[in-house]
Amino acid sequence: MSKILPLSLSGISVKAGGNHLLRDININFDKGPLTLIIGPNGAGKSLLLRLCHGLIKPNKGTLTWQGSEAAFAARHQALVFQKPVLLRRSVRENIAYPLRITGMFSTAEITDRIAEALDLSGLAAIADRPAKVLSGGEQQKLALARARAIRPEVLFLDEPTANLDPRSLGQVEALIRETHEAGTKIIMTSHDMSQVKRLADEIIFLYDGHILEAGPAAQILNKPASKEASAFVKGDLLP
Amino acid sequence: MISILDGFGEAFRLLLSFDADLVEIVLLSLRVSLTAVVFSALIGLPLGALLAVIKFPGRQVLVVLINAFMGLPPVVVGLIVYLLLSRSGPFGVFGLLFSPTAMIIAQTMLITPIVASLTRQAISDLWVEYRDLLHSFDATPWQIMKTLLWEGRLSMMTGILAGFGRAIAEVGAVMIVGGNIDHATRVLTTAIALETSKGDLGLALGLGIVLVGIAVVINILTLSVGHAIGRQSAQGQLL
Repeated sequence: MSKILPLSLSGISVKAGGNHLLRDININFDKGPLTLIIGPNGAGKSLLLRLCHGLIKPNKGTLTWQGSEAAFAARHQALVFQKPVLLRRSVRENIAYPLRITGMFSTAEITDRIAEALDLSGLAAIADRPAKVLSGGEQQKLALARARAIRPEVLFLDEPTANLDPRSLGQVEALIRETHEAGTKIIMTSHDMSQVKRLADEIIFLYDGHILEAGPAAQILNKPASKEASAFVKGDLLP
Repeated sequence: MISILDGFGEAFRLLLSFDADLVEIVLLSLRVSLTAVVFSALIGLPLGALLAVIKFPGRQVLVVLINAFMGLPPVVVGLIVYLLLSRSGPFGVFGLLFSPTAMIIAQTMLITPIVASLTRQAISDLWVEYRDLLHSFDATPWQIMKTLLWEGRLSMMTGILAGFGRAIAEVGAVMIVGGNIDHATRVLTTAIALETSKGDLGLALGLGIVLVGIAVVINILTLSVGHAIGRQSAQGQLL
């Protein structure tokens, strides 16, 4: 039974300096498929994730969780940023932080969740190392493990494997897949088509702040309807 | 003519002889300045964090005023505190003038802007880094302030040290509100001023060297504590 889904965006527009960064976004996210938001740089992918997560407010339109605009959904969702933002603390303390500030968990439960997150992410051996000295791949795994420890119903991932080497990329993707299989709704952005092919169940193609196409991954990848999506999927240069 | 070497000689003689008057003066100097530092930290740290994080009408004016007050002339602060605490002043009834308490009040007024301003700058930088993350965790304003102060603890320590340096070295304010009374309100700086005016330059220089020595020792101790805290927190023992 879902606590917050579906997430519905209706007639959403975001403007800055007179420019439409997102315009007329209408989409529903429901439990189940692993959703990839794809599109070229500047299409509005990260902005859409931040909007869904509540970090920015739309200029127009409505965003609802289970039909309600209330902020009740805040503690059931998490966002992992493209560049991991880590506190100047140990790996273990970074995972503990969001669990502690909710005030919802006992010390024993926090300890259990930290142990589970460290185990799943393969970071147990470096749990007491300062987070800021980890490699890029380790930092991203930690950010993902920290978000996962909250056990969110929805996990937003903003290009979580950008700038990672193939080995780290594989490890982070495995963690994403495992999180999805554990029942968390994943909504992530990417412009890496090989990754999209590996992970996506459904795809939203965003272009110039607007959703040009949305549907099952096979449909968008094999028979894109718009010339922009077709060019993007093929890896051609876009106008 | 008294040379610097004579001054060092006098300083060593004073230290090695455990001169009772010197010990009393040093202890009072430390008591007044360290107490002022504690009070200014209690006021300046949250004030600086508040100015960095919370937007409210008049914030910029307050920031400009606090920055300007960093350079407050000690004699002006001394004069204001004198007027406040003198018999005809609003707080004259407490009879605090020419007491260590009056000196603590004056030094607190003098260094709180330094602590608040340096804190605001450090927290502003951290706020840029952590704003989205902390909002993403749905942290309350109080949790945000606490977290940012902790993340910036080493910068805070620099601000507090700068405040201590200013307090222990100033002479104008403590001279006006303390009166340089022997065995009551005489501190190192006022004693130096007195010995210089009496023509005992060797003793004045000796006291000056003791004063600089104390400032150096306090700095070393504080930095050592800071590094210890840094190591301990990186290993996940704090907050």
